[in-house]
Amino acid sequence: MSKPVDIALTVNNNHYIRSVEPRLLLSDFLRHELGLTGTHIGCEHGVCGACSILFDGQPIRSCLMFAVQADGHEILTIEGLGTKDNLHPLQESFKEAHGVQCGFCTPGFILTLIPFLEKNPNPDEWEIRKAISGNICRCTGYQHIVDAVKLAAEKMAANRKE
Amino acid sequence: MKPAPFEYFAPTTIDEALVHLAEYGYDAKVLAGGQSLIPMMNFRLAQPSVIVDINKINELSYIRANEDGGLRIGAMARHNQVEHSSLIADRAALIFEAMPHIATVQVRSRGTFGGSIAHADPSAELAAVSVALEGSFLLRNQRGERWVPANEFFVGLFTSVLEPDELLIEAKFPPLPERTGCALVEVARRSHDFALVGVAAVVTLDKDNLCQRVRLILLSVGDGPVEAHQAAEMLKGKELTAESIRAAAETAAKKDIDPGSDIHASAEYRRHLAGVLSRRALVKAYDRARGDG
Repeated sequence: MSKPVDIALTVNNNHYIRSVEPRLLLSDFLRHELGLTGTHIGCEHGVCGACSILFDGQPIRSCLMFAVQADGHEILTIEGLGTKDNLHPLQESFKEAHGVQCGFCTPGFILTLIPFLEKNPNPDEWEIRKAISGNICRCTGYQHIVDAVKLAAEKMAANRKE
Repeated sequence: MKPAPFEYFAPTTIDEALVHLAEYGYDAKVLAGGQSLIPMMNFRLAQPSVIVDINKINELSYIRANEDGGLRIGAMARHNQVEHSSLIADRAALIFEAMPHIATVQVRSRGTFGGSIAHADPSAELAAVSVALEGSFLLRNQRGERWVPANEFFVGLFTSVLEPDELLIEAKFPPLPERTGCALVEVARRSHDFALVGVAAVVTLDKDNLCQRVRLILLSVGDGPVEAHQAAEMLKGKELTAESIRAAAETAAKKDIDPGSDIHASAEYRRHLAGVLSRRALVKAYDRARGDG
């Protein structure tokens, strides 16, 4: 075993200081060290997108980074997005438009879509399909996910007007 | 699966990184974006005993205009940085065109220009495009540095001339001559998949609209980027017509490449794609060189 390295990072606005073995994947760190099991692990080689999180605001595969590399950085996982009683518009829309079936892929989709909707507040279907092309869903056939993203864009536009 | 244990270094300067590479050489792997290395480590196809993580070397993350009208890209410029750079769009339209083909948005957040080059994957768009644009790479070790032209850098399957103690520092691209058009086309099974075949074309016309120079580089059809020399030779000094382009594309597919079969595509299908895509790339590049594209 190689020697542990001390890291300090921010996850969902909470500051953590931990000691990690360099080979520990960021995805495993989030799940096993911090107990944030909303980040799901599918393929563990960067194909399925289930473990997508935001790293300094950008979508990344958390299975393709080591926890030690997150030292000094800021992470957002699905747990930091909304609460049960106060869902993020994207979460709400996935629920309402039936973008969720088994739910395994959902956190990865939602986190990938957050910066996308910030940059493209009014996306068309093709742009949405491109935006989610790095995330695999084996239940929905994607149509309801596309519907959910459109609904979320509408909700977020309405929120901005208020 | 999980990676095997390794010793970890995260230098903050190039010099410091070179010290680690000089000391550990063959046992060490440089970790850039990690989007190819970490999957291989997760599968334990790669089990380096030392990782030299260069993500903290901020001095490698640049995209700069060069005085000669070309540009320089630091090894740690990330794909999404290149993808959204107006300088790249202005001075290297071919790189700009390649970016959306590279993996997924999540991978482009982490993956780096230098990492893609050093990995020397035969299906890498940036490798083919670097050869097509006559780029060169700056390699440095503790003893000094050297420039290697892109067409001499890739020497085999996942193999380059990069020595174990060398670090890729930057890629440099000369300005394109006037009346030059570029195009990259590819076919992949899904939008972010490795290309089954891809073709990069760079066409320069003289004042009479004759083809002064053409470079046709194919990806995913060999051990590295493959230059279609015979096809290019056929077009030199000629007028580019539907007929001459079709004939050159056919030569590229039949004579210039020797693709293999795998689970994704047969050699025969790859040859077919190479012909169709070479034609499309040449037509596009030609139209752009004339200013119609």
